[in-house]
This record gives sequence, C-alpha cells and structure tokens, in this order.
Amino acid sequence: MELLKQIAEGVVGGDEKQVAQLTGQAIEQGTPPKRILDEGLIAGMNVVGRRFKEHEIFLPDVLLAARAMYAGMDLLKPLLVRDGIPSQGKVVLGTIQGDLHDIGKNLVAIMLKGAGFEIIDLGNDVSPQRFVQTAKDQGAKVIGMSALLTTTMAKMRDVVALLEQQKLAGKIRTIVGGASVSEAFAREIGADAHGFDAASAVERVKILFGEN
Amino acid sequence: MNADFACSADEVAPARQSVFGLQGITETAAVSDRVNALFADALDLYRATVDAQGLVAAITRDAFETVYEGEGRNDSPAPVADIFPHVDHLALFAVTLGPRISAEIGDRFRANDLAIASMLDSVASAAADKTADVLQHKYAESLRGHTAETPARGADRKSRLAVLRYSPGYCGWHVSGQRKLFDCLRPERIGLSLRSSFLMEPLKSISGVLIAGRKELHEFPDNYDFCSRCDTHGCRERIRTLCEDECAVEP
Repeated sequence: MELLKQIAEGVVGGDEKQVAQLTGQAIEQGTPPKRILDEGLIAGMNVVGRRFKEHEIFLPDVLLAARAMYAGMDLLKPLLVRDGIPSQGKVVLGTIQGDLHDIGKNLVAIMLKGAGFEIIDLGNDVSPQRFVQTAKDQGAKVIGMSALLTTTMAKMRDVVALLEQQKLAGKIRTIVGGASVSEAFAREIGADAHGFDAASAVERVKILFGEN
Repeated sequence: MNADFACSADEVAPARQSVFGLQGITETAAVSDRVNALFADALDLYRATVDAQGLVAAITRDAFETVYEGEGRNDSPAPVADIFPHVDHLALFAVTLGPRISAEIGDRFRANDLAIASMLDSVASAAADKTADVLQHKYAESLRGHTAETPARGADRKSRLAVLRYSPGYCGWHVSGQRKLFDCLRPERIGLSLRSSFLMEPLKSISGVLIAGRKELHEFPDNYDFCSRCDTHGCRERIRTLCEDECAVEP
C-alpha cells in the first residue's frame, strides 16, 4: 500500500509531521493499526537500522527517525491497546550503577521500540536491585545492561547473581553491551547474550524472547 | 595553586568535530543539513544553560597517596600509581557545567525529544572535557617558572614537564576513589555532590588529579590488565595531544 510506504519513507527521513499526518490518514482510511505499525513505522525503522549498521547514516539520523516514529506511535498506541495487540515483549534497560554513559543504551532502546518491544528505560546509574525489582514488577522477560567504564561493568555480574539468588535465572534473561563489554565478558559473568552494537542487540533480544 | 574559576560559555564551547565524534560521525562523513541544524540548536541550548566552574587545589604526594588508595578497589598495577610517586606537583580538581544543562538534557530525553537531547548531551560532554582542559592549562601556567624538575642543560623537548589529568573510573583508578577525592577537595562550593554510586551531580562534571611530571612519565603503555577490557583506549589520544599541546611546561 502506497500510504504505508510513504509512512516508512517519512520515518527514514525523520519527518515527524509527515509521519503523523500520513498515519492519521491511514487510520481514517480504516487501515488496521497493526498493519500501519508493521508496514509503516517498523518497516521504516528497519531501513534506518540497516543503514546505520552499514554506516550510511549516523546516530542523530537514527534519533530523528525515532522522533518521527514516535509521532506515528502516539496515534497508533490507543488503537493497538483497544485491539488488544500485544507488544513483542517487555525489556528493562539501563546503564549499570556507577556509569552515566547512555548513548548506546538509548540507541538500543530506540531500535527495540522500532522492532515492536515495550521498553522500560531506567536511565543511568541503575543498581542491580532496581534492575531485578523492576523486571519482576513489570513482568519483563529481559534485562538489558550497558556499561562504558571497565570499573563499573563488574556490577553486571551482580544482576546475574541476584537473578540466580531469586531463582529467576532463565525466566528473566540478561543481555549486556557497551564499549567495554565483550562476548567473553558476557559469558564469564553468566549473561544470556551480548549485544555488540544496537542492531545485534535487537537480534539477540528477539532470540531471547524466542527462547522463553 | 589553589583557585576557583569560572569560564564563559564561549571559552569552553566545544568544537564541532569533537561533538560529532561523540555522535559516531567520522571526520570525513557527509553530514546532512538536518544534523547540522540539530548541532546548531544544541549549541544554542548549551549557551542558554551552561554555567562552567571549576576548582583546583594543590596536594602533596603523601596526601594524594591516601586519596588515590580510596576504598582499596583500584586495579594494580595502574598508571596513576606508577606515575605520581615520581612527580613534585599534584593538584586535585573538579569542573562542572552546572545543574541547568544536565536538567535540560534530562527533560528532553523524558519528552522523547531524543535527537536534540542526545546532541546536547554530546555538546555538554565535550564542553566538560574542554573545561577540564582549560583548568589543566591554567594549572600548567601556574607552574611555569617555578618547577623543581629542571632537566639537565641541553635536555631535548622530551624532558619538558607536562601536565595530564586522570580521573576515578578510568585507567584502573576505581570510581569509588571519588569519595576521598571529595573529602579532600570539598567541591560542594561549586555545587557538586556525590551519589552513593560515586557519580557526581550535576552529571556533566569531571574530577580527578592533575599530575605535572616529565612527559615520558605520562607515556604509559596500554597493556595493563584492565586495558584488555577497554574498547576506547582514549588514553592514547590524550597522550598524543600531550606531545603537542600548550600544557607542556617549559622547565
């Protein structure tokens, strides 16, 4: 459908006015909200994600696209709730305690939202207890943690340990990422996955939900 | 040198490329008009909200040893521990951009205005670094002419005294070292406080130690144990610029 393609193009171009206007138009025409979401907004963000991965565009372009996507999402959300359309799943995200670097984490949040996940973003400097408690309270199946500093990444281990202590390991899965965090470190601390970059984080989260 | 100082917004306004670097934009990349416009908007917001201040206080080697020890959680060996016993001039420092710019960034993120929030965040990070650079330069200037580390006659450029800053949280100095640094420096008078996680409020602040020593002392290798867990290796760039910048103090 041409209109949905235009919505996707609006997202790619970061044109929030166009996306809001076209999304409203699609709703008025009776297009199912889930279809507008999948073939318009998410399709657009998929293009953005691919171009970002290929270094054709940069972080600000992704964030402008995200703003455009939200403009459409604001209109769709009440309709999706009304129709009982579930999200892909809930993910608790945050930068680990002692660390304030959150550009990467914010990018992962956007890409996950763009892929249809519900994100509970706890911001930066998040304690292990808060990660786990929020996941329990919100019924989130995945906790995503980010760290830039080598001196703070050890706190990620505490989150994994806390989940094990509370017998939640396997029920709530963990994914770690950030400049200082490697695949080997993720394995060492017992995390379920490592996101090398935002795009791979989204793929890993999808796999984690598939495994649950 | 013991001093408080304030900087104008323009004095510590970051260069475009240092901000774009934080946004992952390479120097040779073609940047779209809308991203350039975003940067201009972020700079306007920065100028409207920044309140750059800093303070520096000289400290003896013995006193710094206690500060550096912190809560006993540093990596060992680590560069600062290897360097500071060999120098005569040390000073604790803190700089902040003030509460308004951090609040503005937070407000923008909460409003899902992510592009400008992120750009302003990068502008502020680069400006905080530049403020610390300005302070580093002032400290180096204050040492000019009365250093005890006079090299032998005919010493080449490499034997100059150079100032470099080091901060808790980096290069093996555990972030918990902030507590003793705060106890000693008392940066509350420029509006800084410490969270239980040792992060500073306002967030766009930097603290640490200025170490003035022979330049080669700062040229540590990046093969410490913790270096293998660090993807940024930002120390390399800082050491490289040390060879070129004005902070090298003529003995």
